Amino acid sequence: MGALHIVVCIKQVPDSAQIRVHPIYNTIMRQGVPTIINPYDLFALEAALQLRDQFGGAVTVLTMGPPMAEESLRKALAFGADRAVLLTDRAFAGSDTLATTFALASAVSKIGETWGTPDIVFCGKQTIDGDTAQVGPGIASRLELNQLTYVAKISKLDLEAGAIEVERRAEGGTQLLSTKLPALVTMLEGSNEMRRGSLACALAAAQAEITVWNAAAAGIEDLLNCGLKGSPTIVKKVFAPGAHTVRAQQIELQDRNADDIARDLLDQIFIRQPQVEADLMRMASGQ
Amino acid sequence: MASAQQPNDKFDVIVIGAGPSGNAAAYVLARGGLRVLQLERGEYPGSKNVQGAILYANALEQIIPDFRDDAPLERHVIEQRIWMLDDKSYVGMNYRSEDFNEERPNRYTIIRAPFDKWFSRKVRDAGATIVCETTVTELIRTEAGRVIGVRTDRDGAVVLADMVIMAEGVNGLVGQRSGLRPELKPDSVALAVKEMHFLPRETIDARFNLKGAEGVVIEAMGTVTDGMVGTAFLYTNQESISVGIGCLVSDFKTGTAAPYELLHRFKTHPAIAPLLEGAEVKEYAAHLIPEGGYNSIPQLYGDGWLIVGDAGQFVNAVHREGSNMAMTSGRLAAELVIKLHRMREPFSSENLAEYHTMLKNSFVMKDLKKYKGIPGFLHSSSKHVFGTYPRLLSQAAQTWFRVDGADKREKERQIVSMMRKDRSFSGLISDAFKLVRAWR
Ligand SMILES: Cc1cc2nc3c(=O)[nH]c(=O)nc-3n(C[C@H](O)[C@H](O)[C@H](O)COP(=O)(O)OP(=O)(O)OC[C@H]3O[C@@H](n4cnc5c(N)ncnc54)[C@H](O)[C@@H]3O)c2cc1C
Repeated sequence: MGALHIVVCIKQVPDSAQIRVHPIYNTIMRQGVPTIINPYDLFALEAALQLRDQFGGAVTVLTMGPPMAEESLRKALAFGADRAVLLTDRAFAGSDTLATTFALASAVSKIGETWGTPDIVFCGKQTIDGDTAQVGPGIASRLELNQLTYVAKISKLDLEAGAIEVERRAEGGTQLLSTKLPALVTMLEGSNEMRRGSLACALAAAQAEITVWNAAAAGIEDLLNCGLKGSPTIVKKVFAPGAHTVRAQQIELQDRNADDIARDLLDQIFIRQPQVEADLMRMASGQ
Repeated sequence: MASAQQPNDKFDVIVIGAGPSGNAAAYVLARGGLRVLQLERGEYPGSKNVQGAILYANALEQIIPDFRDDAPLERHVIEQRIWMLDDKSYVGMNYRSEDFNEERPNRYTIIRAPFDKWFSRKVRDAGATIVCETTVTELIRTEAGRVIGVRTDRDGAVVLADMVIMAEGVNGLVGQRSGLRPELKPDSVALAVKEMHFLPRETIDARFNLKGAEGVVIEAMGTVTDGMVGTAFLYTNQESISVGIGCLVSDFKTGTAAPYELLHRFKTHPAIAPLLEGAEVKEYAAHLIPEGGYNSIPQLYGDGWLIVGDAGQFVNAVHREGSNMAMTSGRLAAELVIKLHRMREPFSSENLAEYHTMLKNSFVMKDLKKYKGIPGFLHSSSKHVFGTYPRLLSQAAQTWFRVDGADKREKERQIVSMMRKDRSFSGLISDAFKLVRAWR
């Protein structure tokens, strides 16, 4: 197979540490708030750069966002990425995760046509402004890539065999997973430390031509899948939840029949939500 | 691919720093067709700068005539208040004029981070290469001492250029380390602390009696600094108020109060507190201001190098003008470099000496020279200027305005005797004399 090609999806987000809340209207004041690369994406970028340094090839960074997202791409280039693509179009405004993955997946395909099919697509675990963790898996399923989420470490990459092996953090332990390339990997925080880019990279980044694609250039014909039109999610209300933590409880599954497990589960729910039990009882008794 | 690229590019000019002076220089140079590299240690231009400030339109107009079209300006200043504070009162002079509501206003309040970012975009659009998050650690010089490039903190990598302009601000270490600038003296540099108080626009308009984009500036001195040499200020932005106070570093060393205590004192002064009430406070920042004036200006040029802006101590502390001097010195330096470049003349010390002449013919040196005695005067008379006099003035005003059965001649007598008691007549005369001499 040819040289390794990695695509890293990044997002420019407001620096949450510096967000202000309007003292009167309680709305978020975005004006003047500096933007950063979504911190989780930096772990993905560094993982990609390490693989490129080891195996050769190229790292392409991709972002969807307003024209000013170019800043984030230049930062990524200064860290050492080889090329950058900005996907920007008014048609993308208001995208939820479904529409976002549609646009990004289209752009990844276009990148593949232009510079060679990527072996790995990297994403951060999630963004700090959306927190859904759906975009990576969404791209994977649209492009039919094998997906490895919450990855703490790339333990092996075998280009000859077209295989990748990773450590995935899961509840209660670490899983060792391997799959075939091409694959999509979402990286966990703390999995590596972003390098200080060289002066050569910083200079190249400052002078680089950034590839800018609108929807048409990214090969998107059907705008109904984009932006608000392509976004079934409706945010009805944003509110601050009251302080509230409850320890998660696990129900034993091993060697038990489904009825017992279900009863256990209901018991646990009813202990916490007596009203639910009362309502169900009422419904059951046909009132 | 790009990762294997070497920094073999050589530039005509390297500018160290992306504050007002560095941006002015880099912009003019790039527009003049030179290959410019600007290095800034901050995450982005403006990230290292203390926020709220007054922008003097004239200096910027000479660089970007139509800056008003898209620069992030907060309000134009239509009213200036100069206040002498004692603990409970102020005696002040306010000047407000409809004339300041002109088509091309003369002064604006700005917030430095977005403003510097805007300026930097202009620099980039003009064709300069800007690299942030990169600190220059030293100058590269030939054996004969000519500056030919800089070393950076990115793995110690070096970039070469025919000429280096130091726009590194008041505490820039490059010039100091290279022995081109003396170290800062505590009595010629002030430490200023500043906060942003966020309030809805309408509240600010109502409190300061403003409409549209009108703004107010308050500058105050007096007992808040407790005999230390310093001033406090308050600027109205669109949806925030910048409040700050600064004193000489040498005074902080010996004085009784820390900077934030002074700021607290100023904010809770009965004349200031109601203006800030209910605001959400964000951003606490401290920064140095060179206040040594004319007498502390270092050597400004040499073989292959020039100094512009705060690094050259170009601040008029009395009028709180710094950014305009920074931009003007940056522009003049760039104009000279372009001229020499076009004439294919070397950037030698002899040729660059003209920079000094250009500065002398501009308001920069003229004003600094005019006020050269002020720092010394304030220093030697600080106890009175920042303590006794404001108190006396307030007492005198109160005696004069309070109607209490005493006749007016009696009141005059009381005021004069008050003055004599707190500060001997000869002391008063001597201070007045010294001040007039320093001013002229
Ligand atoms: C609280 C306060 C209020 C002020 N208010 C006003 C006002 O209202 N009006 C006014 O005109 N002036 C005001 N001033 C003064 C004004 O801010 C300065 O005069 C002006 O910023 C000077 O510009 P400069 O470009 O020379 O330096 P700076 O603005 O200090 O910029 C220097 C830049 O160089 C960078 N740098 C330094 N060393 C290196 C290095 N080794 N490598 C790379 N980069 C480096 C720094 O990060 C910085 O960005 C105020 C100052 C303070 C502190």
